[in-house]
Amino acid sequence: MTTTTTVEYALEADGLVQQFARPGQEPLRVLDGLDLRVRTGEIAAVIGPSGSGKSTLLNILAGLDRPSGGEVRVGGSGAVAYMPQKDLLFPWRTIEDNAILGLEVAGVKKKTAREQVTPLFEEFGLGGFEYAYPAQLSGGMRQRAALLRTVAMNRPVLLLDEPFGALDALTRTQMQLWLAETWQRHGWTIVLVTHDIREAVFLADSVHVLSPRPARVTRRFEIDLPRPRTADTFASPEFARLERELLGALV
Amino acid sequence: MNIAANLAKSVRAAWPPVLLAAVLLVGWQLLARDVIRNAEVLPTPTSVVSAGWNQRSAIWSNTLPTLRETELGFALSFALSWLIAGAMDFSAIVRRAVYPLLVTSQTVPVVALAPMFVVVFGFTLLPKVLLVALATFFPLTASLAEGFATADGEASRLLRSMGASRWQEFWRIRVPGALPFFFTGLRVSITYAIGGAIFAEYAGAEKGLGLYLNQMQQVFRLDLVFATVIVIAALSVALFASTYLLERWLTPWRRYERADREANAA
Repeated sequence: MTTTTTVEYALEADGLVQQFARPGQEPLRVLDGLDLRVRTGEIAAVIGPSGSGKSTLLNILAGLDRPSGGEVRVGGSGAVAYMPQKDLLFPWRTIEDNAILGLEVAGVKKKTAREQVTPLFEEFGLGGFEYAYPAQLSGGMRQRAALLRTVAMNRPVLLLDEPFGALDALTRTQMQLWLAETWQRHGWTIVLVTHDIREAVFLADSVHVLSPRPARVTRRFEIDLPRPRTADTFASPEFARLERELLGALV
Repeated sequence: MNIAANLAKSVRAAWPPVLLAAVLLVGWQLLARDVIRNAEVLPTPTSVVSAGWNQRSAIWSNTLPTLRETELGFALSFALSWLIAGAMDFSAIVRRAVYPLLVTSQTVPVVALAPMFVVVFGFTLLPKVLLVALATFFPLTASLAEGFATADGEASRLLRSMGASRWQEFWRIRVPGALPFFFTGLRVSITYAIGGAIFAEYAGAEKGLGLYLNQMQQVFRLDLVFATVIVIAALSVALFASTYLLERWLTPWRRYERADREANAA
């Protein structure tokens, strides 16, 4: 008797190759047959040494660049919601109007879009700041507002590029705890690009390690730390073991 | 308390120029009254004010056409600047083709053009409107083009990842991002606007402050010449000040950005 388990992938990247032409030289090969599979409802961290082609990968996954070879399949609407490293909140828009940007671009009426995002503000710790301008918010709040804008697009996969990289250490930890808690309620599918090993282990269900350029996924770790993850998770021996193991794979 | 603090701040900022102006006025009064003693060479400030007041209806009836020309010329230059700067933003070829011509158009002296426009278009409104537009549209176009070009490339990428078209990107990023630049250009160009209209009227008009100025000069009414100059200066300053009000109204977020910067600097 055979059992067929079909795992449902929200995002599949197969054999991604990206190379850039250089005058008078061999083309620069940045991605070299990269495979990435992200299950529906998981947080998949992508981690790699700097200069390993993370941003090239991001551009392809976000649909901004076409790869030289291979393909990306995204379930559902076929596109990811991309959150860049910088919050890129538009200074001339209130937080609420920043949050509806993606919906507006997709042709949703402003009024309808606002009604859709309103319930999210409390949960994102932005209640009462709907009509504030980005310049009035702290760094952590701006980052939450940028994430709210990403979530509000209603796309099947969230693609987060070092979302907390620019924050101070304390705020970053607070944001990680908050994201773990909020994710627990929503079950978003997240691709998290990061260079922070602790962050990857704490948040992710799977960690995909990139090789130096030209990049491939060389190791794949399953992080089976129990959920929900809280501040106690950081103290567990299992956490320390995974962190060490991941560090070993990277250096 | 806040209002009182603001008032105190304004007073502190205002007293040096006010004091200087008062000293200069008193000096002028004494010089004209006791040293020169010839109103056809230098009238006293008090006689300027009283002559201007006596002739207020003549000055006012000449002010209206000047304002009308300024307004129409500025409207034309406003429309042209958005059109040209927008086209330059959408197409690199247009930018390369237009920019040198734009700069060249600025090197043509208004002095030379004004009489020519009158010959071609007659004593109508049109030559004045054109001259105001010519004098003002370069700073507007240049500042707008620069504002469009400095749009954040990463913000554009974000919008493209959301599926936005080039047109959506223009309206949602480039236009609001260019507004602060636009107001800088607006302040420069608005000071040229009335001057341009006056100059065009000087070259030939049926009514207007430029014409009135010319006539009063010919009959040696220097007191009325000065009174007219004061009116022109007051109009220019009022227009200049109005750009700040407009800016406050149209770019409300800028106040918080400034407050944010000051807080960071402190």
